[in-house]
Amino acid sequence: MAPVAPRSGDAIFANIERVNAELFTLTYGAIVRQLLTDLEEVEEVNKQLEQMGYNIGIRLIDEFLAKSNVSRCVDFRETADVIAKVGFKMFLGVTASVGNWDAEGTCCSIILEDNPLVDFVELPDTCQGLYYCNMLSGVIRGALEMVSMKTEVTWIRDVLRGDDVFELQVKLLKQVPEEYPYKDDE
Amino acid sequence: MVREVSESCLDSLLTEVVSCYCNRFYPNKHDLAARRIEAIGYQVGHQLSERYTMERPRFNDHLEAIKFICKDFWLELFKKHVDNLRTNHRGTFVLQDNKFCWLARMSIDPFADSGKSPEDITSPTAGNKATHAMKMHLYFSCGILRGFLSNLGILCAVSADILTLPTCAYFSLSHTYTEITL
Repeated sequence: MAPVAPRSGDAIFANIERVNAELFTLTYGAIVRQLLTDLEEVEEVNKQLEQMGYNIGIRLIDEFLAKSNVSRCVDFRETADVIAKVGFKMFLGVTASVGNWDAEGTCCSIILEDNPLVDFVELPDTCQGLYYCNMLSGVIRGALEMVSMKTEVTWIRDVLRGDDVFELQVKLLKQVPEEYPYKDDE
Repeated sequence: MVREVSESCLDSLLTEVVSCYCNRFYPNKHDLAARRIEAIGYQVGHQLSERYTMERPRFNDHLEAIKFICKDFWLELFKKHVDNLRTNHRGTFVLQDNKFCWLARMSIDPFADSGKSPEDITSPTAGNKATHAMKMHLYFSCGILRGFLSNLGILCAVSADILTLPTCAYFSLSHTYTEITL
């Protein structure tokens, strides 16, 4: 059977079930608000958001691979491109761009100008230090870990903190080779 | 054009929130977890009511508000209407959705104990753990409804039930009293 060509982010997004983004945005906001009430410490909330994102990411990758038909990425550059052009588009309906590559090609920035998570959001002064979109960094980390890449994802720029765009730095720490799950007994 | 995101975004978010509150934050305190999940829903419903009723005149009575929920509100959120609306004309309304999308993809435990009363969710046995998880998800929707109505001045208690697993959910709204704001 001839291999199926990878689909563009727009094509996938047009064909999947979609919901009103407002409901999603408000739900995310209500969750952050509730976490702040329950956990009180901003650092703890950051941590929980990242953890929740991780748990989502390790499952979301399955849907991504199933729907996008992307073949194995040749290198990390391709991985970053696919996340920005296909991944963000098919889930959040927005396209990100990739930049600021380092010399070895293991560290880059994913830049997001339009972010549905932060529609109508303003951070009060009491939330200094909160990374409101930290779930996104967890999602990327979780998804990549499931395809054998251990990464570190950190925020460089955040619109809610006064910057002009969202910039996530994704650093490839280790490429973990896939392990054969069964021991060969001779 | 209304902005959209993929349905799996919302589904994953809800699943993770329920899992987080039930298993990580309050592992053996289902009441507390339920109340938090309901509070998140309440916040959402409260804000949605402002946005969705901005351009229309004030509701004349409770029935009009409930009908709005059954038609327009449900349509905005779930892309369908409520399938059946019943009332006892004494302040209790029951909304029935035959294919509630947030439950539609949940799997049923074949050994679920169907003899147990659906209200008993405080101590799930191995048998009705699936039902318990579903009820936790429903708390979010109950919160949305309660929040939506409270912003219209209708204070009520909202509870949900699963009739025919897994896709039918009742929302029973019994209003406690009406708050009139001038």
